[in-house]
Amino acid sequence: MQHGKHQSATAVVAKVPGGKHPGAKSPRVKLSTRQKFERAYRQYGFPVGFLALPVVVYAIFVVSPFIQSIYYSFTDWTGLSSDFKMVGFKNYDWLLHDDVFWKAVGHNVLLLLVVPLVTLGLGLFFAFMLNVGGRSKKNAAVSGVRGSSIYKVVYFFPQVLSIAIVALLFQFTYNPRNGALNAFLGGIGLDSLQQEWLADPKLALWCLMVVMVWCNVGFYVVLFSAGMSAIPKDFYEAALLDGANRITTFFKITLPLLWDTVQTGWIYMGILALDAFAVVQIMTVGPGGPADATQVLGYMVYTKTFRDGQAGRATAIGVAMLIVTLIFAVIVGRLGRRERLEY
Amino acid sequence: MTAQAQPSELPGATKTEEAPGAAPPAKGQRPPHFTPEGRISSEGKVLNVFSHGMLVLWGLLVTLPLLWAVMSSLKTDKEIFTSPWGLPSSLHFDNWSRAWSKSNIGDFFLNTVLVVGCSLIGTMLLGSMAAYVLARFEFPGKRFVYFLFVGGMSFPVILALVPLFFVMRNMSLLNTFHGLVLVYIAYSLPFTVFFLTSFFKTLPTSVAEAAMLDGASQTRTFFQVMLPMAKPGLISVGIFNFLGQWNQYMLPTVLITDEKKRVLTQGLVQLAASQQYKGDWSALFAGLVLAMLPVLGVYIVFQRQVQAGLTAGALK
Repeated sequence: MQHGKHQSATAVVAKVPGGKHPGAKSPRVKLSTRQKFERAYRQYGFPVGFLALPVVVYAIFVVSPFIQSIYYSFTDWTGLSSDFKMVGFKNYDWLLHDDVFWKAVGHNVLLLLVVPLVTLGLGLFFAFMLNVGGRSKKNAAVSGVRGSSIYKVVYFFPQVLSIAIVALLFQFTYNPRNGALNAFLGGIGLDSLQQEWLADPKLALWCLMVVMVWCNVGFYVVLFSAGMSAIPKDFYEAALLDGANRITTFFKITLPLLWDTVQTGWIYMGILALDAFAVVQIMTVGPGGPADATQVLGYMVYTKTFRDGQAGRATAIGVAMLIVTLIFAVIVGRLGRRERLEY
Repeated sequence: MTAQAQPSELPGATKTEEAPGAAPPAKGQRPPHFTPEGRISSEGKVLNVFSHGMLVLWGLLVTLPLLWAVMSSLKTDKEIFTSPWGLPSSLHFDNWSRAWSKSNIGDFFLNTVLVVGCSLIGTMLLGSMAAYVLARFEFPGKRFVYFLFVGGMSFPVILALVPLFFVMRNMSLLNTFHGLVLVYIAYSLPFTVFFLTSFFKTLPTSVAEAAMLDGASQTRTFFQVMLPMAKPGLISVGIFNFLGQWNQYMLPTVLITDEKKRVLTQGLVQLAASQQYKGDWSALFAGLVLAMLPVLGVYIVFQRQVQAGLTAGALK
């Protein structure tokens, strides 16, 4: 249906500069190469001219590194010298037998499962509270809570801060000696709950997850809230009149109607959780520790290249990450396939 | 689970159809004149208290760490250690000036302004040019170019990081601001092109056609007619890119190693590593707050636009 629009725009391209109608060409007139070139230029000159610079910049800095990365994963390149040779699947073979790699994969999968689930769950919960938690008014069965825009403004704070700043802030917060968390627990008399946090191999990864959830909940509250306010209020009204309670309306009305947005959010959060580079590099001991307890694929790529001089292996880890991403996207796509609802 | 049955029911569902399945049968058989207002409002009241409680709780969880950082930035080092939650005895703004000048936060800040300023202009210019052409013109390979751009959104940047470093080194772009600007532009293009292409498609074609009939060139039509019309979309995506580039951490960490050329996020992390060692926590908190406040300030002023700009992409 968009087609008509493009056609008319194209017609304008060809029409105006030459002053001739493109459709008026007679099949009997043979065009010289020069004329053909001129016609092509009239038709495509502008789009090509406008696309050239963006495409070149994009190709050099984004497309070519991605492709090279796959190529280098089959070489023994150190990253330090320019000579390297093809080694076939040796890097991948090394990966499959590397303990740290499998630890990192495990951590990434855990992040991939827990972080999106908790973030989106809290996002939906708070958005629902904002939109239907209000005191009932006359003529409206459901209404938003008072001051919902203030809540949204505050919840969104972490989203505008750099992940680097947030990671530092929480590194200080978790600090066992002068951090806010242990001090707070001590202050309310829960000294027994005080922990070493990031220095405890059992807790470190969970501490990172808290940070990732903390950053992103606000975004989804705002996103889902926008989606929920678009759902007609009479849906809720009708359900409530028929005796459904509000929890039922959430599962029967809100969630199905928001499903598309939830699914998009799930993929966004998944990509974000897979990354985790900044939080690991900034916050953890080692980094990646203690004892590889917070090692993730993203950080391994970085250390293998810039610390160990094993760029070939690093790119192989990168490709493994890509595979995990693709599997994840396919699973979310499959699980989430629902009939699209129009309302 | 329940959602499975819902799709078939909901779209056509009249007001009374959907709930009987959910409600216990006894409640479903109420006489039509029954008004459950009393029940709804009492349930609503409980819910109201509950929801405010939960909402306030999360509000505290979000703001307390930030307030704690601001408070700590105004304390002495001793106070930070002896009473982490205590109020500062006097406001030590000298921590802020120490962080700004001695710890180079000021320089990092200016570097970031320079880099993000240039790359934001570049991103918007290149992104809108590409998007306009992809939205409005037919030419061979158009779909390929579009998917090339949009595909960039779903790949983890880390995958490209290693070769990118060496591409930059071979072009002598490592440790240069213009190199970083080019990289920022390149990695912002996928979302920018994706968002603006669909935005340009929603704009009417008639105005541009009229301008061209009046003799404006394609280029002129784009800059003087289409760009002003696309202003709302440009603002949304501009805010998105500004925050993304201002907050970028991974790319500068790899591509800028020269101490003088660090950007704010990266400089702050390096500072943290060295200051913790020295024990100058107050300057460190001050640096953190100095990096935090401008962005939060801008956000509070433009909250509506920022929220819309950041969520716009996911709502498409």
